[in-house]
Formats: sequence, structure tokens, C-alpha cells
Amino acid sequence: MSDRNAVIVMQNLTRRFGDVLAVEGLSLTIERGEVVGLLGPNGAGKTTTIRMLCALLAPSSGEVRVAGYQAGVDDQKIRASVGLLPETPGLYLSLSAARNLAFYGTMYDVPDLKGQVERYLRMLDLWARRDDPVGTFSKGMLQKLAIARAVLHEPEVLLLDEPTSGLDPQASRLVRSFIEALSEEGRTILLSTHNLEEADRLCDRIAVLKKHLLAVDTPEALRQKMFGKKVVFQLKEARPTFRDLVEGYDFVSAVEVMGSKLVVTLEDPERNNPRLVDALVRSGAKVQFVGELRQRLEDVYLGLMRAVEGRNDEENPSPHK
Amino acid sequence: MKKIQALISKEWAEVFKNRLVAFTVAFLPLLMTAIPLVILYLSNAEDEFQDAAASDLPAQFTILCGGLSTPECVQYFVVAEFLLLYLIIPVILPMTIASYSIVGEKSTRTLEPLLATPVTTLELLMGKGLAAVIPAVLATWGGFFIFYIGVWMMDVSERVAGKLFGPLWLLAVFLVGPLLALAGVSIAVMISSRVNDPRVAEQIAGIFVLPIILLMLGQTTGLLLIDERFILWMAGVLVCLDAVLLAFAVRIFQRETILTRWK
Repeated sequence: MSDRNAVIVMQNLTRRFGDVLAVEGLSLTIERGEVVGLLGPNGAGKTTTIRMLCALLAPSSGEVRVAGYQAGVDDQKIRASVGLLPETPGLYLSLSAARNLAFYGTMYDVPDLKGQVERYLRMLDLWARRDDPVGTFSKGMLQKLAIARAVLHEPEVLLLDEPTSGLDPQASRLVRSFIEALSEEGRTILLSTHNLEEADRLCDRIAVLKKHLLAVDTPEALRQKMFGKKVVFQLKEARPTFRDLVEGYDFVSAVEVMGSKLVVTLEDPERNNPRLVDALVRSGAKVQFVGELRQRLEDVYLGLMRAVEGRNDEENPSPHK
Repeated sequence: MKKIQALISKEWAEVFKNRLVAFTVAFLPLLMTAIPLVILYLSNAEDEFQDAAASDLPAQFTILCGGLSTPECVQYFVVAEFLLLYLIIPVILPMTIASYSIVGEKSTRTLEPLLATPVTTLELLMGKGLAAVIPAVLATWGGFFIFYIGVWMMDVSERVAGKLFGPLWLLAVFLVGPLLALAGVSIAVMISSRVNDPRVAEQIAGIFVLPIILLMLGQTTGLLLIDERFILWMAGVLVCLDAVLLAFAVRIFQRETILTRWK
């Protein structure tokens, strides 16, 4: 990974609040234009990490660099380079949508403020309501306006804390499309979310956090690491001999029979699937179709959480067990 | 400077939409102006103090009455007691405005996105502070101006009017007033960091009016003489107090402290 492309660099990042450890030893580099999903249970340190990245909190130890600036040295420059969408929209309810944006635009020294306010209000379908107090807005409209506020100064980095939380499906879709559009513009986005389907769809890489970084990779690679590649062989009839036959190959690590299907975990399916089909057909099986079984990211996530809990139980066995 | 102006303008747009704040800012100076004017009017119209004797006054107050007849001195004494109300306005108003502005931002959770902008802590504190101090000082001065017009219209003796608008009260209103307002804002910032209801912040802040009331009582009972020297001393003490309070307020008003310790 070249340093020139690294927009967010966290090195051995730790943050404590008194005796409470919020984040420990987090090292993660995010490249220009990447969309990285930050997953983890409540209290995993996601919001603390985001706050450290926008220079709202100082790390207890470790280093943070954002957009080429070092936290603790160039905090003002970091804040100018980052757009933040916090957990709650945090808008001034008695002010109009346009005035809210104009106020924040002034705080960010946005050139052509009027033009930018109009651009984003139109883009997010809020232009017709620009003069209404935002206290009269729906939750979805508030979230859209908060996103407009985060991008108004055209930041290089966007930190989005649960951008679709509590939104109806239509508003969620609009927000997701907007994030996709921002990603296509080449912005670097760190997205904290509990919506795993959303993370799977939007993110180039997923980082799973529970105080420590548990895993980071592309969604596909995480699936493979957790479950290997699974292929479904739909047969007219699944006999025990077919299972024994498939299990005999050294590139196959597991075989499950599910009705008339064989679910096979194997290495390099592109190369080995034809060999299995050939063997099955020769032994009398009628293969109706072959397809890859795509594990849900939720299974990957839950698998990782179970693994961590198992490790914790081993390290600190409960006296009641 | 543009950011401070934007902050002040945003604060006013938000805070003055709260009817209680708008009412307090408009009503309190009018009330505090009406009281001495009514006293002055009654004492003027009914010649109430014609039979007053110098023994009716705290002995040391007569020092301030150089050039006044005894009835005029008594009239000045009674009105001067209520002129101290002009020192209560610059304490109460900034506390009310700042309490609603800061606690309001806490409860609507607007502080985090604001703190994430490149605005400096000093700009933020100045914006919030000036948004509370300016209306308070202007309201105090406005009330005092109405009092001046009232005195002019009431045909009060020139000598009494000369005392009422002499250096003592001009120093009190135009020098001590803004210094008290600054102390009020700093106290409001400190209280606001610990409470989540602006009304609670306002009630706690109300305690800080007590020293002014004690000044009134001190002069009435003759324990204290509020003359020019006293006012200048008061200004000096307030300058030091403001510096200490402001240092505390700046310390409390740091991004990290606000996010992690303000409950």
C-alpha cells in the first residue's frame, strides 16, 4: 500500500476514558477513494474512533494522520478536510434548512456559499423546503440535510456514523445512492453502521472492531476466510455415495447434504467444479445445476463475534460455569 | 471575525425564538427602569421628602450629597438605592441567554457537528459570549437611557439629576455593567457544563445576583457607602474576577471536555 494514497492512517491507536478502554491498538490504513465499513457491537469503539479521526478526541496513545495531517499537530486542518455525519443529525431546529447550511458553510469558509447551499439542497431534494424551519422536517429529511452539511465544504474524507439508522426504506435508499455517488467522486469514506447488508453493498473493505480490530478485508475475502468457498450441487437425488465420493478429494474440506443438494466447501471452485461435476456424472448422479453459495456478511460478523467471546471465555472463565 | 459574526447571529436567531428568553431580555430592563422612575415620580409630585431630616439618612451617605438640600439628599438616597438594579440586569441577562444557548445545544446535540468544524475554541467562546453580553449590556444601557429621559421629563431638581447622572452612576452602568455581564457569561458556561435543563442553570445562576442585593442592603443600613471610589474598586476586583472566571470557562469549553465530561 503506497503512502501517497493513504488518506487515513491509524497506528496503534488507543483511547482510554479513565479506567475504561474504548479502543486499543487499532492500526488501519484507508486509501484515497476507498469506502471502508466500520462494524462492531455497541460500545465497540466505533464512535470514539470516528471522533479521533476528526480531531474531536485526542488518542491516549498511537498516531492518527488524516488527509496528510497529523492529529494533535494540525487539528484545525484535519477538521477542514473532514466531513462528519454524527450519530444524531444535530441541526438547529428553529433555523431554516438553508440557514443551517449557510451557518456551517461559514464555519468551514466555503467559497461560493450560496451556490453550494443550493447545489446540495437540490441534490438531496430539499430545495423546495429550504426556507422552512428544520424542526418541521421528517427524520429522513433531517438526515439528508445533515449529510448535505457534511459534504458542503467538499471534504476529502467523509466520516459517516450510522447514516441510515432509523430511516424508512425509501430514505435509506436515497442516502445509500448519495453515498455511492460520493464514492464515485473519489472521496474517502469511513462508514460506521450496524446495517450489514448496507456495508456489504457500499464498502470496498470491512473493518470489524470490538475495542481491538478483529478483521479487515474485502467482504468477499472475509467470507472466504471465515467459511471458505461453498458451492451448491443441485442433484436430482442425493445418495450417500455421492457424498463419500466428493469427500474423497483433497481440495474439498467439507460436504453437507441438504435435501437433494450437496453443499461443498472447496478450494479454487473455478478449477475444481468441473472435476466434481465430471466425477458425479460418471457415478450416476444427475446434476441439475451448480452455483456458488454466498454467505451473508451477517454470518461473517456473528462468527467473528462468537470467536471473540469464546476467546474471552477461555481467558476469563466464569466461576458459575 | 466572519465566524464570530455568524455564531452571534445564529445564537440570536435560536435563543430569541425562545419566548421566555425574549421576554426576560425585554421585560427585565423595563421593570428595573420603571421602579426608580416611579419612586422618583412619587417623591417629586408629592414633595414627600420636604419634611425629611438629615437624621433619616445613614450618616455616611450625606457625604455624597454635597450641594444638595436635605430633602434633595433624601430623594437622591431613595432613588440611588434602586439604581443598583442596573447592576442586576447585566448579571441576569447574559446568564439567561448563555444558559439557554449552551444547555440548548447540549440537549439538541448540535455541539458535536459544531465542534467538528475548523472554528477555534476562542472563536466559539467569543461568539457565544458576545451573543449573551451584547444584548445584556445594550438592554442595561437602553434602560438607563429611558431613565434619563424620564428624569428629564419629570422636572426633577437639576442638582438631583446632576447626581443621578454624575460620574458615580455613569461608571457603575457603563464600566461595572459590562464587567458584570462578562462574569455572568463565564459563570453560565461553567454551570451549563454540568446541567441539562436551562431553567436549572438559570436558577443556579440566580445565586450570583445576591452580592448586588447585599450592596443595596449595605448602603440602606449604612454599613457601606457606594461612592466613586467604591465603584472603581469594584471595577478593579471585577477585572481580576473576570480574568479568573474566563480562564475557568475557557478550560471547561474545550472540545474534548465538552464531549467527554459535559453531562
